[in-house]
Amino acid sequence: MSNLLSSMMTPAFFFSIIRITSPILFATLGAVIVEKAGISNIGLEGIMMISALFGSLGAYYTSSWIVGLLVALAVGVLVAVIMSLFAFQLKTDIILVGIAINMIGSGGTLFLVKVITNLTEGKPLSSTTSLITKTLQIPTVNIPIIRSIPVLGKIISGHSLLTYVAFLMVFVVWVILYKTSLGLNLRSVGENPNAASSVGVSVTKVRYIAMGLSGLMAGFGGAFMSMSYAMGWSQDMVAGRGFIALAAQAMSAEPLGSMFATILFGFAQAFGIKLSSIGFDSNLASPIPYIITIVGLVIFAITKRSKEAKRLAAVGAAAEKEKEA
Amino acid sequence: MADFKSEYAVEMRKISKVYPNGVAANQDVDFCVRRGEIHALMGENGAGKSTLMKMLFGMEQPTSGEIIINGEKVNLSSPTVAISKGIGMVHQHFMLVPSLTVAENMVLGMAPKKNGLFVDYDEAVEITKEYSEKFNLKVDPNAMVMDIPVGMKQKVEILKALVRGAKILILDEPTAVLTTQETVELFKELVSLKEQGYTIIFISHKLNEIMQITDRLSILRGGKFMGVRETKDVTPQEISRLMVGRDVVLKVEKDQAKPTETVLKVRNLEYVNEYGKTMVDKLSFDVRRGEILGIAGVEGNGQKELVDMLFNLAPVGAGTIEINGESIVGLPQAKIREKGVSLIPEDRMLYGIAADASIEENVISDRSHKKELNKGLLFNMKKIHELSDQLIKDYLILCKSGEQKVGMLSGGNIQKVVVAREFSSNPQLIIADQPTRGIDVGATEFIRKKLVELSRSGIAVLLISADLNEVMELSDSLMVMHGGKIAGYFEDASVLNDELMGEYMLGLKHQSEEEIRRVCHE
Repeated sequence: MSNLLSSMMTPAFFFSIIRITSPILFATLGAVIVEKAGISNIGLEGIMMISALFGSLGAYYTSSWIVGLLVALAVGVLVAVIMSLFAFQLKTDIILVGIAINMIGSGGTLFLVKVITNLTEGKPLSSTTSLITKTLQIPTVNIPIIRSIPVLGKIISGHSLLTYVAFLMVFVVWVILYKTSLGLNLRSVGENPNAASSVGVSVTKVRYIAMGLSGLMAGFGGAFMSMSYAMGWSQDMVAGRGFIALAAQAMSAEPLGSMFATILFGFAQAFGIKLSSIGFDSNLASPIPYIITIVGLVIFAITKRSKEAKRLAAVGAAAEKEKEA
Repeated sequence: MADFKSEYAVEMRKISKVYPNGVAANQDVDFCVRRGEIHALMGENGAGKSTLMKMLFGMEQPTSGEIIINGEKVNLSSPTVAISKGIGMVHQHFMLVPSLTVAENMVLGMAPKKNGLFVDYDEAVEITKEYSEKFNLKVDPNAMVMDIPVGMKQKVEILKALVRGAKILILDEPTAVLTTQETVELFKELVSLKEQGYTIIFISHKLNEIMQITDRLSILRGGKFMGVRETKDVTPQEISRLMVGRDVVLKVEKDQAKPTETVLKVRNLEYVNEYGKTMVDKLSFDVRRGEILGIAGVEGNGQKELVDMLFNLAPVGAGTIEINGESIVGLPQAKIREKGVSLIPEDRMLYGIAADASIEENVISDRSHKKELNKGLLFNMKKIHELSDQLIKDYLILCKSGEQKVGMLSGGNIQKVVVAREFSSNPQLIIADQPTRGIDVGATEFIRKKLVELSRSGIAVLLISADLNEVMELSDSLMVMHGGKIAGYFEDASVLNDELMGEYMLGLKHQSEEEIRRVCHE
């Protein structure tokens, strides 16, 4: 036990929490945006897989990580827009569309990789790991001054560029949602589409934009997975991060709150990895993140209910007061 | 005000609206509103008021006829167009976003910007304050809409219309959700708006309100225009005659009722809705074996809440409900049914049937657990087929077979499925809520006959209907509800005429406590 504790109280462990949190945070923000517009995009996982593949392919063929990243983002938005087309124009259930995208993300990407490697190398491979070299990865950033602060420097500095983007996005998404008219329209469409359309806000247009933004976020997450977290694409590499993001969003619908929920999950995963690394049975260690997810959701549901009861009581009391006056 | 060609702000000429399913909601309606007046649009539920106003606000398009706003012929193809023509509507169900602040709701879709990108929230608050002060409609710009009382929500809706440049305001039953104090306040505000040159269309069927604040009134009945009057020249009796009336009288043969002991006993029943408004006010009555007790009244006077409480679909605020001397308050619906209560619900698609299930499944849904329909763990399909085939035959349900989905049937046949189940469960009390609404003449006649037949066989029937014809023809005795109370009780329904009914329904007449107490047969 003391062995575990001492290995956890290291800068490296906290560094790994931040690193593990980053891709989930992107997806969580994507989930927050669509949820505010009243849509459940459960296809984030699939979009991340597809973006991860196209990002590393883009980087490989152009020898530029920047192009790779842009391709990943564009593909993320494109997939989300296609989902919207099915859901809003052709009136397919958005959950079914999400499931389809997740299946394509898993099976379709692998199929594509086999086709591509068969064409380029004469035999199909099961991963594009060989497509990417260290130099094509998204660079890491050493923050001057902060890097030289003892302990803190080792935790905060030296992350992938996208990690800093992820945490910056928390603020950006908050600004979009709460400080722009797009955000105002988006939130009103999510809560009362009739009210929005009665004052001339186009509900469908706003929903398209929300889905596009969530695709963009998932695109970032996918790029992070294949171009920073790992050295290229591999089968099912997103491994449920898109779903954990949905859980984090369910714990808090706000950008900042959902960031803390995501860090909790990041911690749980880092903890699981740490446990198995010190010889704990990995079969026992690997469910830990998911158990924490469930416990977190239960606590969240209970606090939400009591908050709502308090709010209703307050409104009731106000009405009562009005009556007496 | 600017110089206009026409004295009218709104002219709707020869407007007809026929829905694709053939229902004519409006027929050749002429509705004209003078500039700067408060004009009431009156009529019972289903008279076509809402449809007419939806066309004026661009939510629906007329099948024929023309709309002229300030002397200019217009094509109101959407609410956005209507808003641009200076028309604003305050819907009965508010079009507000609960988690946004009052100021944000005010500027939704037209938010002021700063730096070209961000919402200028301070400006939104300023706009809200400016309009709030200008029109003396007090709201709190920074409060979240979900936290403010209903009266303030309505003010926000009115301000929303005004900030979008509305000169003509449509208010759809604005007082339905308000308390008395809030109503008084609203009227002051409306009169002040009128004085500033605004035109107000006020949809209502509450006579006292209309006499109090309107200049003129137009009346619709059954989708047709019944006339327009100056409020000061018209008597409540005349309004009631124009509003309430019967077109064709369908006669139902029935012999004198011989009521015996009390089945349903309701005492001091109360219901207060979520907004703190008392919908059912200390209601007491009895229904006896062998009689049909009718409840008449304009919708929204507590009938719905009463039925919901009787069947435990809404919590009882106060008071008691007894079936044969045993309380049923708070019992689950299955237990209430076990005590012999049957319900024909008002909304058959929501509470009456499962549209995707078969006729067979629907008719056994209240008795599927019973021994005679089961064989061990499994259904006794033979018995179930027999039962459903018998009911289909007895109740003349037009269908291919008992396995057909109920949703595929016509309205009348769907209602017969409901009736077949409810009447065949060996009830002691049948609560029939709008039993023939929106169904064909044949099915209507069949259901009415069955109700009479069952009551004569010794079952107690409580009939709630907005159809005057139905409630007056079928009921042995009748009570009229107004404002959650019994306005009048008539031991012998056959002595009543339309005019008298109308006066009780609209609250012009009210019986004394003693007269009303006769409905409790103690």
